[in-house]
Amino acid sequence: MGLDLSTRQYDKVPYEEKERLFEEVKADMRYQDHALYGCYECGICVAACPSARFYDFSPRVIAQAAAREDVDLMYILMNDSIWDCSQCFSCDRCPRHNSPGMLITIMREVAVRNGLGTAKEALEGYGRIIYKIMSTGTQVSPDMLQPNAFPDWGGHVHDIAENLDVWRRALPPETLHTTETGWEVSDKTIIELYLIWHMTGVMDMIEEIDEGLYDILVDVMEERLEEAGYDDVSF
Amino acid sequence: MIHLPVIPAAKDRDFQLPENPPTEDYHEILDELERDGEIIVQRVPEPYIEVKTKFGRIKKIPVEKTWHHKSCGQCGHIPGYSTSIFWLNRQLGLDYMDPKDQTSCTAWNYYASATSNPEAQAAVAIRNFATAYETGYYPLIHCGTSFGHYKEVRQALIHYPELRDKVRKIMAKLGKKLVIPEEIVHYSEWVYAMRDRIKERQVVDMSQITATVHPACHYHKLIEEDAIYTPEIYGAQRTAIITGVLQELGINVADYSTWFDCCGFGFRHILVSRDFSRSFSVQRKIEVMMEEANPDITVTHDTGCVTTLDQSQFAAKAHGKKVGLPVLSDSQIAALAMGAHPYKVLQMHWHNTDNTRFLAKLGLDPDEKWREFEASVARLQDGSKQYLTWEDVE
Ligand code: SF4
Ligand code: SF4
Repeated sequence: MGLDLSTRQYDKVPYEEKERLFEEVKADMRYQDHALYGCYECGICVAACPSARFYDFSPRVIAQAAAREDVDLMYILMNDSIWDCSQCFSCDRCPRHNSPGMLITIMREVAVRNGLGTAKEALEGYGRIIYKIMSTGTQVSPDMLQPNAFPDWGGHVHDIAENLDVWRRALPPETLHTTETGWEVSDKTIIELYLIWHMTGVMDMIEEIDEGLYDILVDVMEERLEEAGYDDVSF
Repeated sequence: MIHLPVIPAAKDRDFQLPENPPTEDYHEILDELERDGEIIVQRVPEPYIEVKTKFGRIKKIPVEKTWHHKSCGQCGHIPGYSTSIFWLNRQLGLDYMDPKDQTSCTAWNYYASATSNPEAQAAVAIRNFATAYETGYYPLIHCGTSFGHYKEVRQALIHYPELRDKVRKIMAKLGKKLVIPEEIVHYSEWVYAMRDRIKERQVVDMSQITATVHPACHYHKLIEEDAIYTPEIYGAQRTAIITGVLQELGINVADYSTWFDCCGFGFRHILVSRDFSRSFSVQRKIEVMMEEANPDITVTHDTGCVTTLDQSQFAAKAHGKKVGLPVLSDSQIAALAMGAHPYKVLQMHWHNTDNTRFLAKLGLDPDEKWREFEASVARLQDGSKQYLTWEDVE
């Protein structure tokens, strides 16, 4: 289905709310400094963009909407377009030195921080990945290679899943014998990572987007932090 | 009548790296911040090899004493990728560290879900850098996305004093300093810098092989500044990594028209919206390579690119697409050239697309090699050994 750029679908959302979100995008330190200097409408970013080839998606439209300060259009794009981006940064070849990809990163962060329903939808099914990276320090693990998770990758995923333990033990680097994490990560390092999530407000973002995931993460982290003597860390 | 200048064809143009780079020099800013007592700059240890980057500046590539910042996608799903990097270091007799106090850069998740922010991302990066600094070993980044993201983090830290303040406070809580390396170095730059030493030890003739190259977006597009360019390779119009290594090994590198295109990984797409990744990688990369260059192999230098280009071909085959092109990393090709075992070191059984024809073309018997691997695994299964070690594969 094509991208609907008419304001009809979001006309019940107060203009002030849309403006507030756009102001939050503009307040990001990267916005003026690196993401957007204006736009020639040349379309070079679109020509380089993989997502533009497969979706009704255009980094030019996003750069234009931001440059023109079109509050309504920015709201539509923040809901219905930004999650199509591949974050490849091919658009960084922009002759105006914009980074539409970075502008999209900022818009996504604002969408997540404000718990937009469309952001929740876009991240449906993605929670297990967030859980993995935040709780273990490595994003993908060997035991994720299960045939039901990757049916389109064929029988070889089945072979890996069946031989996982012994094939991991056959790896010469001793850090790689793990199955639940990409490599062996020390306890102290995990604690340091938890402290970073806590101190930088990432836990609040998770709470906004997925309360169930937040509760599980808090459980896991609190126990480990308490064991490590960080009793006073309250979530 | 207006006489327009006659511009020679691209192939005849003598492209020079610019004498006056159009961008600021991050080295100078890092030095200044260090002088002001704001940060510690970890210097590239000697001996190092000097290469040139996109705008003609010098970049130092460490030869050894490297702290291997591993990639979660490589270690988790294509472990022969990282194993080959370590194997090369060992074969070349170089000192390196494979740390357990390293976390992922967490950028795959950041680019996929945005469930993080610049402070958290910078703190994760600096925690890793500071940890490397404490050991005296220098970070060598295995993943293209970690490399790209760390360049972004460096850019943010040198431009935003308030971000430096926040990260410094977080590091103080962790008992660490705000350390930024003098250069952010990707492993493929190390392979490129070491290509003559790899060539000296080459035991497998690769002159009958034709390869296509796919460079990772986050290597040469995201903060383009740091990527290696040289007039000898593509007239310095495209990055020299991978291609320079393959040519040194005697491989014929064939061009194709979508060289600049992304692989289709998409971060969130490869995990939860794979129809896009499959379509893009097959239609814009693999099919184009096969139609225009008919290569034996395609070689890339990043986690996501190997994964997407390789795994996407299975479903495409069912749709009658022109696929069947094995995908390896430059580290695996370099190791193979130096005689590494295709299954015990390169771990090619973790890859999807059939690569036995490629091995056979190199004069290696894939069945025999697989039997050798299985014999090693049998020792793990019967309990006579718990793990295979480097001694088992060297
Ligand atoms: S490349 Fe830059 S200037 Fe051209 S349309 Fe895209 S954002 Fe605008
Ligand atoms: S970062 Fe997003 S907008 Fe930019 S080229 Fe890649 S997919 Fe397109």
